[in-house]
Amino acid sequence: MIVIESLTKHYGPIAAVDGVSMTIERDSITVIVGTSGSGKSTLLRMINRLIEPTSGRVLIDGRDTASESGHRLRRHIGYVIQGYGLFPHRTVAHNIATVPRLLGWDENRIRPRVAQLLEALQLDPAVYSGKYPHQLSGGEQQRVGVARALAAEPAVLLMDEPFGALDPIIREKAQDDLLEIQRKFGTTMVVVTHDIDEAFRLGDRVAVMSAGRVLQYDRPEVLVTHPADPLVARMTGSAERAMRLLSLTTAGEAALPLTPGEAGTGGPAVPASASLRVVLSELLWHGSESATVIDGDGTPRGRLTVAAILARARAR
Amino acid sequence: MRRAATVLRLGALGLLLAFLLVPQRFAPLFAPLAHGGAPAIYDQGNLAMLALAHLTTVLAACLGSTVVAVALGILVTRASGAEFLPLSRALVNFGQTFPPVAVLALAVPLIGFGEKPTLIALFLYGLLPIFENTVVGLRSCPAAVLEAASGMGMSARQRLFSVELPLAMPLILEGIRISLVINIGTATIGSTVAAKGLGEVIIAGLLSNNTAFVLQGGLATGLMAVLLYDGVAALERRLYRNY
Amino acid sequence: MSSPGLLMRRPAAARHTAVLAGIDRLGALLTLLGAAGLFLLPFVLFKANRIVPGDSRSVAQVLPLWASLGFEAMLAAVAAVALLIANGPLRLAAALGGIVGLAMALAAAANALTPPHNIIVRVAPGGGFWLLAAALGLLATDAITRMRPGPGVRVLLLGLFLGAAGLALTHGTFDNVSIVREYSLHASAFALAARQQVLLSVGSLGAAVIVALPLGILCHRAPRLKPGLLGALNVIQTVPSIALFGILMAPLGALAAHVPLAAAVGIRGIGAAPAVLALFLYSLLPIVANTVAGLKRVSPATVEAALGMGMTRWQTLTSVELLLALPVILTGIRIVLVQNIGLVTIAALIGGGGFGTFIFQGIGEMATDLVLLGAIPTVVLAFSAAVLLDALIEVLDRARQ
Repeated sequence: MIVIESLTKHYGPIAAVDGVSMTIERDSITVIVGTSGSGKSTLLRMINRLIEPTSGRVLIDGRDTASESGHRLRRHIGYVIQGYGLFPHRTVAHNIATVPRLLGWDENRIRPRVAQLLEALQLDPAVYSGKYPHQLSGGEQQRVGVARALAAEPAVLLMDEPFGALDPIIREKAQDDLLEIQRKFGTTMVVVTHDIDEAFRLGDRVAVMSAGRVLQYDRPEVLVTHPADPLVARMTGSAERAMRLLSLTTAGEAALPLTPGEAGTGGPAVPASASLRVVLSELLWHGSESATVIDGDGTPRGRLTVAAILARARAR
Repeated sequence: MRRAATVLRLGALGLLLAFLLVPQRFAPLFAPLAHGGAPAIYDQGNLAMLALAHLTTVLAACLGSTVVAVALGILVTRASGAEFLPLSRALVNFGQTFPPVAVLALAVPLIGFGEKPTLIALFLYGLLPIFENTVVGLRSCPAAVLEAASGMGMSARQRLFSVELPLAMPLILEGIRISLVINIGTATIGSTVAAKGLGEVIIAGLLSNNTAFVLQGGLATGLMAVLLYDGVAALERRLYRNY
Repeated sequence: MSSPGLLMRRPAAARHTAVLAGIDRLGALLTLLGAAGLFLLPFVLFKANRIVPGDSRSVAQVLPLWASLGFEAMLAAVAAVALLIANGPLRLAAALGGIVGLAMALAAAANALTPPHNIIVRVAPGGGFWLLAAALGLLATDAITRMRPGPGVRVLLLGLFLGAAGLALTHGTFDNVSIVREYSLHASAFALAARQQVLLSVGSLGAAVIVALPLGILCHRAPRLKPGLLGALNVIQTVPSIALFGILMAPLGALAAHVPLAAAVGIRGIGAAPAVLALFLYSLLPIVANTVAGLKRVSPATVEAALGMGMTRWQTLTSVELLLALPVILTGIRIVLVQNIGLVTIAALIGGGGFGTFIFQGIGEMATDLVLLGAIPTVVLAFSAAVLLDALIEVLDRARQ
């Protein structure tokens, strides 16, 4: 668990991050989303102390991050950036082994770990271990970057626009892979992005930042249904891609089974042929949490909730 | 193509060694250039020893300039040395307009004749390309790589030695190569201030109007410079073919 | 991506700089350098004649008490500015003031030590003078660098510097300083050497441009030729200058001996001919390489457009491609010119003339002043050429954008 307490960073008179407090749950993915200059990268970099805060503190599993030197702290926190920053003079295996070597791991422990990570990221160790970064495609570099960040089994993984340099098709695949990795290794991940679709797709919880402050920090569906700020509403409203996905699925396909005796218990009735997008806007319009899906002849066929629709949107 | 280049290199090296070790064998080649019964082969000293002295002076000076220039280059690219960066770059630019002979000539009044002024002139002049390339090399490390290095928990020193310097190394080596070649040439001029080296042969030829001597000294230093230049270039390619 | 992470400093280091925030560290270094020059090394060397080694004299030993105290107070004021004031123009003014004061002190010391009508004794600037000059010069350079003057201002500063130096020399203020005395002994030879130095370096450059430009264009058009040609020119560059001068003496000597016409137009084994030829050969590589690089920089779309508008290949080359490549080509020419000015000094060894004549004669006679008489103008010439061409390149580069 990461606890951020009134974290502030001033550059001269300007506050890049202004009194941010938030708690990041264990083994979850938290996404910080905002426009450039919103302070999201500064906030992320203060967690691993690449930037020293002006005031406030960060606790990881109850321990103040300021209690040890910055570079020692960072060896236990994975870090992935846009462009990855792979060391061009080192092979893939050598790159991945960087932090374990800094920590003084035994070579007999490093080698299998590198192979395990390469396999987990769908890179054949026999093929990729000896390659140099410039011999890899963008997607492969990204995966090596993630493997390198995970090498020393960090409890926390920080990612700053990790998919920013990928083209859209590879990006979706990389996002899926990340969700898979998270399930597999159970790491607490904090991801910074400017892309609201990416935020909704990845985040268990999403923090929207603007001008150094966190406007809202909650589950994605809450951001959509109950935006705390006009800016949040505008950003979530622009989550077009997710919406487009919703318009491709009908209410009949997505309907949840009715529990016996519950028929017609509340909310608007929607036809099974309507798209989820229509259902969602209907629900938001009525301020209702759930709707009843009805057949052409009016018989209730199932039930839909806002949460279920958003879950579908995120699962593509 | 590559095999031909290797044969050429080995041939040049063999020719240089043969000429330095048994110069008399080459007398018939140079005889037509020596007029009026003058000796065809330099006879006032051992060519191999002169070449060795020449090379030693150049390498010693180059070693010194490498250590100092790289250290200075590291210093001015750290946050704590940033104040000195603009001036040091201006100085290098200015220094490169300094003719090598002038450096040598100005060193003589300060330290006197012999090896020392040559060594100091070579050292000073050799600093410039190495310093310049070190600074450029260190400053052109990609920002993402540096950020990743810090982000993974490298200390400033670890980052310098295991990321920045290795990445700057090809450029630093190139600086050393330029410095070496300039110095081999400048060291020949050192003979005008009584430093031991192959310049002696050329100067002797110029003074006694014996073209055979001039040609011998010139060819030997020229071959040495080309071989050294080529050798360091080959080393660079071998070390850094991966990136 | 800008990365604030690079600005990261350890807290300890930050605290350390905060304490010293008021003091300029470069200023501190230069002050130490100047103080060492002032107190530890001789300000001038007094010699009974031009060859013998000199006796050390400090400022206090030579100048009257009020003058030496005034001089030291002036230097202290400059040091205070260097240490405490960050304003660029003010630092430059202080440095220039210091340089003028230093020069006046040297002239005064020379006048004080020279008996009337004695032209045998020599008063040469000593290590202390040179160190002070270096510290003040560095202060001025740093101030100028931080002010980032445009090309026009830089040329103006150079002109002012040259003008002031020329005025001071002709005015007679420094007549008793050893180097100026050496100059007055060699005035006519100096004028000749200056002409030779310029002619040899510019002449060989001109010849090289005429040959190297077409070669560069050729390499650009037929890339297959490039590695071979550049490789060969590279090998020429690695041959030490003195050796190349010497080696060229042989064929040129033979040419003069066997072809009367060649001898008639002034080609000899020694002298200017091998010097010009060697400099010409050295000049080829930078110009060819930069011509290729400059032409490569011109985007194919621009060439397409020019051809599409109905320009002929020749018109495209001369009025589009070469024009756009000009700044890069000029950079090559700058490298060559500065390099040639330096190399011409070596040509003196084979009778090529130029300032090198003084240098080598001075080395032979162990006359330091004569060495300086050759070396200082060479450096000034090379430096001026660099400043002028850099300014020109910058102006062209700006016009391009």
